[in-house]
Amino acid sequence: MKSILLSSAALLIATSAYAAKTDVTIGLQLEPPHLDPTSAAAGAIDQVVYSNIFEGLTRFGSDGAVLPGLAESWDISEDGTVYTFNLHSGVMFHDGTSFEASDVVFSLDRARAEDSTNAQKALFAGIESVEAVDATTVKLTLSAPQGNFLFNMAWGDAVIVAPESIEDIKNNPVGTGAFKFSEWRQGDSISLVRNDSYWGTPAVLESATFKYISEPTAAFAAMMAEDVDAFYSYPAPENLAQFEADPRFTVLSGNTEGETILAINNKLEPFDDVRVRRAVSMAIDRQAIIDGAMFGYGTPIGTHFAPHNPDYVDLTGNAPFDPEAAKALLAEAGYPDGFTTTLKLPPPSYARRGGEIIAAQLREIGIETEISNLEWAQWLEQAFRGYDFGLTIVSHTEPMDIGIYARPEYYFQYDNAAFQDLIEALGVENDPATRSELLRQAQTIISEDYVNGYLFQLALTSVVNARLTGIWEDAPTQAVDLTAVSWSE
Amino acid sequence: MLTYVTKRLGSLCLSLIVASLVIFACIEIVPGDSASFMLGINAQPDTIQALRVELGLDQSLVQRYLGWVGGLLGGEMGTSYTYRTPVSDIVKDRLQVSLPLALYALTLTVVVAFPVGILAAARRGSVTDITVMGATQLGVAIPNFWFAILMVILFAINLRWFSAGGFPGWDAGIFPAMKALTLPAIALALPQASILARVMRSSLLDTLSEDYMRTARAKGLTRRQVLWRHALRNAMIPVLTIIGLQFSFLLAGAIIIENVFFLPGLGRLVFQAITQRDLIVVESVVMLLVFAVILLNFFVDIAYAWVDPRLRVRS
Amino acid sequence: MTENGFLHSALRSRNMVIGLGLTAVFVIGTLLSLIWTPHDVTALEIGNKLQTPSAAHWFGTDHFGRDTFSMIMVGAQTSIAVAFIAVGIGMGLGVPLGLAAAARHGGWLDEIIMRGNDLVFAFPSLLIAIMITAIFGPSAVNAIIAIGIFNIPVFARLSRAAALPLWQRDFILSARVAGKGKPRISAEHILPNITNLLIVQGTIQFSLGILAEAGLSYVGLGAQPPIPSWGRMLAESQTLIYTSPHLALFPGFAILLTVLGLNLAGDGLRDLLDPKIRRAR
Repeated sequence: MKSILLSSAALLIATSAYAAKTDVTIGLQLEPPHLDPTSAAAGAIDQVVYSNIFEGLTRFGSDGAVLPGLAESWDISEDGTVYTFNLHSGVMFHDGTSFEASDVVFSLDRARAEDSTNAQKALFAGIESVEAVDATTVKLTLSAPQGNFLFNMAWGDAVIVAPESIEDIKNNPVGTGAFKFSEWRQGDSISLVRNDSYWGTPAVLESATFKYISEPTAAFAAMMAEDVDAFYSYPAPENLAQFEADPRFTVLSGNTEGETILAINNKLEPFDDVRVRRAVSMAIDRQAIIDGAMFGYGTPIGTHFAPHNPDYVDLTGNAPFDPEAAKALLAEAGYPDGFTTTLKLPPPSYARRGGEIIAAQLREIGIETEISNLEWAQWLEQAFRGYDFGLTIVSHTEPMDIGIYARPEYYFQYDNAAFQDLIEALGVENDPATRSELLRQAQTIISEDYVNGYLFQLALTSVVNARLTGIWEDAPTQAVDLTAVSWSE
Repeated sequence: MLTYVTKRLGSLCLSLIVASLVIFACIEIVPGDSASFMLGINAQPDTIQALRVELGLDQSLVQRYLGWVGGLLGGEMGTSYTYRTPVSDIVKDRLQVSLPLALYALTLTVVVAFPVGILAAARRGSVTDITVMGATQLGVAIPNFWFAILMVILFAINLRWFSAGGFPGWDAGIFPAMKALTLPAIALALPQASILARVMRSSLLDTLSEDYMRTARAKGLTRRQVLWRHALRNAMIPVLTIIGLQFSFLLAGAIIIENVFFLPGLGRLVFQAITQRDLIVVESVVMLLVFAVILLNFFVDIAYAWVDPRLRVRS
Repeated sequence: MTENGFLHSALRSRNMVIGLGLTAVFVIGTLLSLIWTPHDVTALEIGNKLQTPSAAHWFGTDHFGRDTFSMIMVGAQTSIAVAFIAVGIGMGLGVPLGLAAAARHGGWLDEIIMRGNDLVFAFPSLLIAIMITAIFGPSAVNAIIAIGIFNIPVFARLSRAAALPLWQRDFILSARVAGKGKPRISAEHILPNITNLLIVQGTIQFSLGILAEAGLSYVGLGAQPPIPSWGRMLAESQTLIYTSPHLALFPGFAILLTVLGLNLAGDGLRDLLDPKIRRAR
């Protein structure tokens, strides 16, 4: 009797160990301030909710393609100003209320309202009117054609929300996605459960937990101790080699939309002289920065554009690593003995480590930098809004954001009328071939003007359990899409 | 006695008022606008302004101070800028980690320091004493965050006896929760136990060398009896002060340890709130901690005055 | 006690010997680093990164290829400077406050200073330090201010407590009768008599200052790159500790041994200078 009990107990334990797991714990660095992706800029919010809890008219696929979301299909008028979206029917929000065209109208009107706190209000600025034709059709009119409107509607800031649940959206997000919000332990974790009445292909996982670990050492320890099943955007590239060598783990290395640049304050003397900016760019050894700060992960860039994008032009040759030539340029510009300037660095390690390396490289050509390590709030205050910096390092992670160079009030203060005209033309251009050509020209202009030091494209490196599949390798947008994640045997 | 208590109560209130003014002033000087930080790089100025109004940042300093203090008196700590939930709720959650951790560390401290300190004092000058003194010197000199990391390497990564950090929550069971707090408590307790052991030892030695001790010995009591019956009780007074101080330190000062073990405690809350410019959280939590310490000091003072009448006249 | 007797007693104290020895190593290393280090700490040689200790690099190299031994030598400068000036602030402001409080014992000045002390003691020091660096930016100077502020009440309380009994002494009373004002008495008579205590406390606060600086640097709020600092070296080493443990061990030991040395020296000094203890021995 005893032996039967013992062996059946043993069998029970054994089988439960081998039963396919249906939950996952994913480590993330930054905890979101709340869960409303339509009223804050924190990518951390989208990491939790994008495609999991909330969905938009369109969505990004893992390769960056713009796919249908809540809109099954759409028609665009001849002149490109009227979009008619055909929505999926029978879709329900997590609280049981039905999803209809009126919810789309509500969401878009809310985003573009006068008092809207949407961080990407500009995405909706071109919308003249939105109306519900019937329960599953929405007609949207733009004031002028926008080539990338569908692309814009895939952003996390454009997801569809419901008026019934909007009151408490920050703490209790109610969307239409494959997962429902379950619990938030502030400072610790956020849990989701599968939405069994999801309109599309249901998720494989039954539940998921995002665990917040901000310290790189703690992330390392948690991964090694298998306290988490995966760490998305692992913060310490120096450990990756170790994870790669460990059969328990797989290291995913993919692309992001993050152009990491050494931003130069174009209106601050002596940086208003293109020769000085060019000297700075040529004093930098991109590969050394990639090796030293990112341990080899990252792709050098020569302009503000993602190398994995088909329209990318390789302009790294415009600023080769040549300290001698850089010194000569400085002398020519009137600074044979160099000068001193400030280098303000936000928290990420690409900035802090990259900054130290760049400071050493600039010292070689006579430019002394005073490094200030700032928190994000201080960086926003001083560098971004206060224009109080000489140099800074930051990674711009929004997709297709070369347009920021057409805004003279943007923190690096580049003011080129020709470029601004180019971007305006691009905005209304719908023909793909012309768009490609315009994008190529744009990249070339900002490269030859040496607006900023273009360093590298940020790589997305995640460490996952070897048996876990479906985690996106690339990050076309900030998201941890769990809909296709599952455990293999 | 009553006059003493009244006097101390009066100065308690004064301290609290001054503390609140100082805290409010310090934190309002901190540059960096909460609203623009929350909305990020691409936000429009009018969106930022809308948020500022929503958060009440457009009111005058005096209005905000009075509103804050008024709320505090009623037990209201305001609403967090970043989390949009009442600060008191967040604090309650974080206290569930910080308070037990502080008590756990304090318990370890006392449990280790008392026998060690007493032993060293009793065997003064012997090998035991010297070893204890040496060990406590090391314990005091070691940076506790470094010690914590070494423990994680050994116990969590290599031996897998403990998890590397994090807190499963009390609903996961008392044992798992306490297990998660063990390495952090040890890291916190090491320097504190060393300090306390030394204080215990020196306080005991001081008491033992007092005249009335010699009287007791002359009366025929053995060394042991002298130690336990008289010396220990009197030696406890400075020891208790230190314990009181250590408790308040452990509550607030464990920020770095909370970071190493990624514990959702009070210290880390304030740290994150400062970097996120969530002023309400910073103000209210620092005020809470200061209040706790001032209150603790008040009670300790009253207890002493009750125990030792000499202390009622301020020396 | 004669000069010879002092030294003789000093060397007989085990604490003093070890303490002075460690402190001497630390001080000599720091002074030496001002003129020479085995390698240049500002030279980044990425190709040479994460080497284990060898003949060329006695303590190995860090993630930027910098020589760890040289970094530790130069890092000592930061630790000493910050801790020392912080003690200076504490003494410079705290001692006059404490003496003034003792001189006007029982009066409103005494009360205010005592209340002020209690208030500062009530503040969680690390939190305030973080706040200060958030206001003014992380730097060695702000770390000094943050640590120094918390040294002030320590010295104020100590000098007040030490001065109070002295005011009852005969030689003070005669000075009062002679017409000397209280501030003069404090400076000329009281102060020299409490110097011993101040030195001992100063040594202790110095060692605490080193620990505090390490803690602040560890969370990134102390001296900024490219100035080396032990605490920051520890922080940077953490993710590498599994593959390159030497990076975390050496700075940690540097802090440990320096603080230990100072504490032992401080204890030894107290044993030597405090008449009560001397008698008991």
